[in-house]
Amino acid sequence: MPFFEAVRLALATIRVQKLKSFFTALGVCIGVMFLIAVVSIVDGMGRYMEEDLVGKLIAVNSFELRHRPNINIGDVDDATWREYARRGRILESDVQPVVDALPAGTRWSMYSEASLMVESQYSRPRRAQITAVGGEYFEIKRLDVTAGRLFTPGEISQGSSVVVIGPDLMKRLFPTVDALGRQVKIGGKFYTVVGIGESQGSAFGMSFDNYVYAPFRSPVHRLLNAQSNAIDAVVVQTEAAEALVEAQESVRAVMRGRHQLRPSQKDDFSLQTADTALEFWNKIRGYLVLAGVALPAFGLVVGAIVIMNIMLVAVAERTHEIGIRKALGAKRRDIMIQFLIEASTLSTFGAALGIAAGAGLALLIREVSPMPTYVAPWSIGVGVLIGAGVGILSGVYPASRASLLDPVVALRQE
Amino acid sequence: MTNETDEAPLSTTAERQIVVGAAGQTPGKDWVIVTRGLKREYDMGGEIVRALRGVNLAVRRNEYVAIMGPSGSGKSTLMNLIGCLDTPNEGEYWLNGQLVSSMKDDDLARVRNKEIGFVFQTFNLLPRASALHNVELPLVYAGISSAERKERAFEALKSVKLGDRVHHRPNELSGGQRQRVAIARALVNRPSILLADEPTGNLDSATSEEIMNVFESLADTGQTVIMVTHEPDIAAHARRVVVLRDGLIASDDRRERFAAKMGGGH
Repeated sequence: MPFFEAVRLALATIRVQKLKSFFTALGVCIGVMFLIAVVSIVDGMGRYMEEDLVGKLIAVNSFELRHRPNINIGDVDDATWREYARRGRILESDVQPVVDALPAGTRWSMYSEASLMVESQYSRPRRAQITAVGGEYFEIKRLDVTAGRLFTPGEISQGSSVVVIGPDLMKRLFPTVDALGRQVKIGGKFYTVVGIGESQGSAFGMSFDNYVYAPFRSPVHRLLNAQSNAIDAVVVQTEAAEALVEAQESVRAVMRGRHQLRPSQKDDFSLQTADTALEFWNKIRGYLVLAGVALPAFGLVVGAIVIMNIMLVAVAERTHEIGIRKALGAKRRDIMIQFLIEASTLSTFGAALGIAAGAGLALLIREVSPMPTYVAPWSIGVGVLIGAGVGILSGVYPASRASLLDPVVALRQE
Repeated sequence: MTNETDEAPLSTTAERQIVVGAAGQTPGKDWVIVTRGLKREYDMGGEIVRALRGVNLAVRRNEYVAIMGPSGSGKSTLMNLIGCLDTPNEGEYWLNGQLVSSMKDDDLARVRNKEIGFVFQTFNLLPRASALHNVELPLVYAGISSAERKERAFEALKSVKLGDRVHHRPNELSGGQRQRVAIARALVNRPSILLADEPTGNLDSATSEEIMNVFESLADTGQTVIMVTHEPDIAAHARRVVVLRDGLIASDDRRERFAAKMGGGH
């Protein structure tokens, strides 16, 4: 029997028995719905972690030399915290030896940051993320201005009192006037706004656009670290991803030398890449995906059993029809295919409902909660395949029973 | 046609020996059905029922034969064997030059599709399908394209004067109309034999007469028709009547002789 003929027949059966078909396919529908929803949540969080959160905090092909990691996703046990607390800071004097060890063409920038109050004469003081940065910082972070300009090399080297501020902060500090050329006050000292930076978006409802960048050697530097010769981090970016590990090893060797570590001792500083920050997330994601697949799988097994039973009933009810078809020349294969296609059409119909419901659920979650869900196209494809697959699996036994019926016996049955 | 009816029936003539010949030898091409010592036994819970006990039957192309007998005579079993729905325990069955008695399921299905058009007592139409789709079915299994199927099914329905009922479902048709749909379905794939099993069993006498007229005109155009019935009146429409009794052929007569035997005929 031609494929489309069989599908048409199966669809006609579904149309005639709407309610029965719906309940038959409900198990598959629920299974696929949860699969899509869970995969969407996991996928959405994964994208969010990789592209937004970590991507914004750590630039591509880059790592940061810090005394301890600043992105800790997940649990860090007490002993680790105590060890972090004992670590010495990265010093300004460490920077030059580290930079000397880097291959040519590698970008780097030291920086320090803190959350401080910023004032202007047009607004009350606002809290902002203040970062004192080196020359290549903006290039590494791929950050540009939408108005004004970035710092000149002269301003960087002289430590001029100039700042680039984020769009949200600009709106708060200068609600009515153009911010460019006006002054903000941080820690009692005035800084001239030379540029408005690009929006970096937000995550979990937290804006990334309340920022102030100033040249590293500007007076703001003293506000950021209690220990005046310490810095927060050196960010290093290589041209190609392959050079990243080599650069890390060079930095590691220099720092171990400066801290006089014996080979048996662990590093007392961290080299943080996007990958190390994502490591924990990847571990969690493994469990989530496992749970997200295992739980719907139970639904699908139940759905498959229901479909198998309904198909066995259908074969029993339609024994006479099978007899007629066989008398008219249907081969075993024809009958087998007819029932297999009917089972998988039923199941794919359930899966389609499940995909719609699952995608709807994912969108609903995105609307009403901060969970950034994302319905991946591949998960829809997988949903359809699962539908067809469950149908075929659950249809094999009933279909083979139908195909093996003796035409004489089948015709006799009314 | 006259030629055929004038001949003495085969199972009683010396010619049969030539036609049937030795086992394993292909019958001549004029013979659409040749059986040799056909036996069929059923195991009914330990008790062996011998439904056919060695039937030798030869049917020439274009013949119109009725197979008659009381219930339990084995006529349904013989019909199932002739219709390739079942296979014998012993003996040979040649259909249109092919030895079908030793074929497996799927080959039998192919032979049924190609060589046999069934007409059943209970019509056996698919209730949820239109007349047109019912008639199309044998062509579906013959692997014919949708467009050609529709055209041929429509032609077949027109030939049984149902051209205006193609989209009706069986429950929207009268008994006689349903049986005519079944006849159209039986003929649509141009089978070697039209095999009817009590075709008038569920019809009133007027409608029965109408169906018999259809068979008559089919036979006139050269269609081989084999009809299984237990009603002498119906059997008397055929040009040759084979009577089964206890799993064996009891008599095999031309219509005229059968009618005379039945006492006056119809």
